[in-house]
Amino acid sequence: MQYQWDFGFLLQYKSLIGVGILYTIAFTIGTAISGLIVGCLVALARLSSFRILTAFVTGFIEIFRCTPVLVQLVWCYYALPILTGIELSPGAAAFITLTLYGASFFGEIIRGGIISVDSGQWDAGRAIGMRRHQLMARVVLPQALRRMIPPLVNQTVLQLKNTSLLSVLAVPDLLYQGQLITSASYRPLETYTMIAVIYFIILFPLTRLAYRLEARMSR
Amino acid sequence: MSEKAMIELVGVQKSFGNLTVLKDITLNVKRGNVVALIGPSGSGKSTLLRSVNLLTVPDKGFIRVGDQAIDFSTAQNLPGDKELSAFRARTGMVFQSFNLFPHMSVEQNVMEGPVTVLRQSKDEARALAHDLLGKVGLAEKASAPPDSLSGGQKQRVAIARALAMKPDVMLFDEATSALDPELVGEVLAVIRSLAGEGMTMLLVTHEMAFARDVADRVVFMRDGCVVEEGEAKQVIENPSQAATKAFLSHFHGGLGPS
Ligand SMILES: Nc1ncnc2c1ncn2[C@@H]1O[C@H](COP(=O)(O)OP(=O)(O)O)[C@@H](O)[C@H]1O
Ligand SMILES: [Mg+2]
Repeated sequence: MQYQWDFGFLLQYKSLIGVGILYTIAFTIGTAISGLIVGCLVALARLSSFRILTAFVTGFIEIFRCTPVLVQLVWCYYALPILTGIELSPGAAAFITLTLYGASFFGEIIRGGIISVDSGQWDAGRAIGMRRHQLMARVVLPQALRRMIPPLVNQTVLQLKNTSLLSVLAVPDLLYQGQLITSASYRPLETYTMIAVIYFIILFPLTRLAYRLEARMSR
Repeated sequence: MSEKAMIELVGVQKSFGNLTVLKDITLNVKRGNVVALIGPSGSGKSTLLRSVNLLTVPDKGFIRVGDQAIDFSTAQNLPGDKELSAFRARTGMVFQSFNLFPHMSVEQNVMEGPVTVLRQSKDEARALAHDLLGKVGLAEKASAPPDSLSGGQKQRVAIARALAMKPDVMLFDEATSALDPELVGEVLAVIRSLAGEGMTMLLVTHEMAFARDVADRVVFMRDGCVVEEGEAKQVIENPSQAATKAFLSHFHGGLGPS
């Protein structure tokens, strides 16, 4: 196949691409933070001894883990307003969906990290008179966190990839901007190649970091 | 008050599901005394010891350590986290598996209770930690991570960590059972010196010679009951109950001078 590659024309779209990168990164960071916060609450609820709360939160997690994010996004944007009467902007619908989706995975990682700490650590802390919250903050979480960091970084990588689904709601993320450029320039090959390369450049260091952290943990 | 018991348990009962592990246990430990708790595995020794500092909350019965007491038979509502913590702060406990905090140095392990629970200043706690580490022979290991220590050293740090709370009593749950034989002696020596200083101690042990020589009294438990209790030398060398005799017969050879 003799295709004449020409990336030069993309320069004229650099501000469009810039906006796309900004949206992708902002959504990733924003929903990683909100997802971690909600994920902490999810983990605490799953570990609590209130049966009803635990069952409710477990159900919530399963719904988000067992349906595709794309379906959740579309449902949140098109179906939720019909059910509740609350109109959401595409950005808000996307933010909420990615937060809850992320939280259901972050929450399980956090819970797993907490229960992986040996029960003898709880015994030892209690035996010197530590309160539950002191034990959690000074003994359990510092140990759990080390084990949680590699899977949390991996989940954040997935979270960034998932932001590409925002394009279906016309949120101007990197992929959506690519679609715009393609329809204006009729050069999908260069455009989508560049989009893929930008994702790679952002994610490669992050995945390397996850590997390094994992290697350090397993020592 | 010297004749009054330092640890007093009356009618303590505990079940896990429908397994009754402690059946109406009554036990006293006088101030300054050392009581050894012996018995076959699964007889409820650990559960009893853990009831003394409320790591296991009994279903029924009265528990007093020093001037703190809780009656679980009459209590309207079970003690909460705050009450339990305050109670436990006055007792020291040492576990078979050491349970040092692996993310803290040796010195930080010992300082943790004084700083976090007793709200001592770091300097004050560090000075105390150095005294105690000196006492258990580990002054030079203050900044070492627990991972770098031998089992015997870890257990001595665990003892220092418990002592840092200036407890009324010390509880030992098979403190030497996880150790290589050559490391048992160094831990027993520390326990022995605590006995010499008049620390009130209740210890679960399989070291019969040590129990005979260091304990004032020995309690033999089986199936959640106290079967025999008496003066240490008498129970170990000349038990009155057939069950005690049968149990001790497994330890011949381990009963030489220690
Ligand atoms: N947290 C628990 N949950 C259920 N069963 C337990 C628990 N702790 C101890 N047990 C059971 O209680 C019995 C006595 O255990 P334990 O007090 O550890 O005995 P010992 O220390 O004398 O070996 C055993 O049958 C054990 O399985
Ligand atoms: Mg035991």
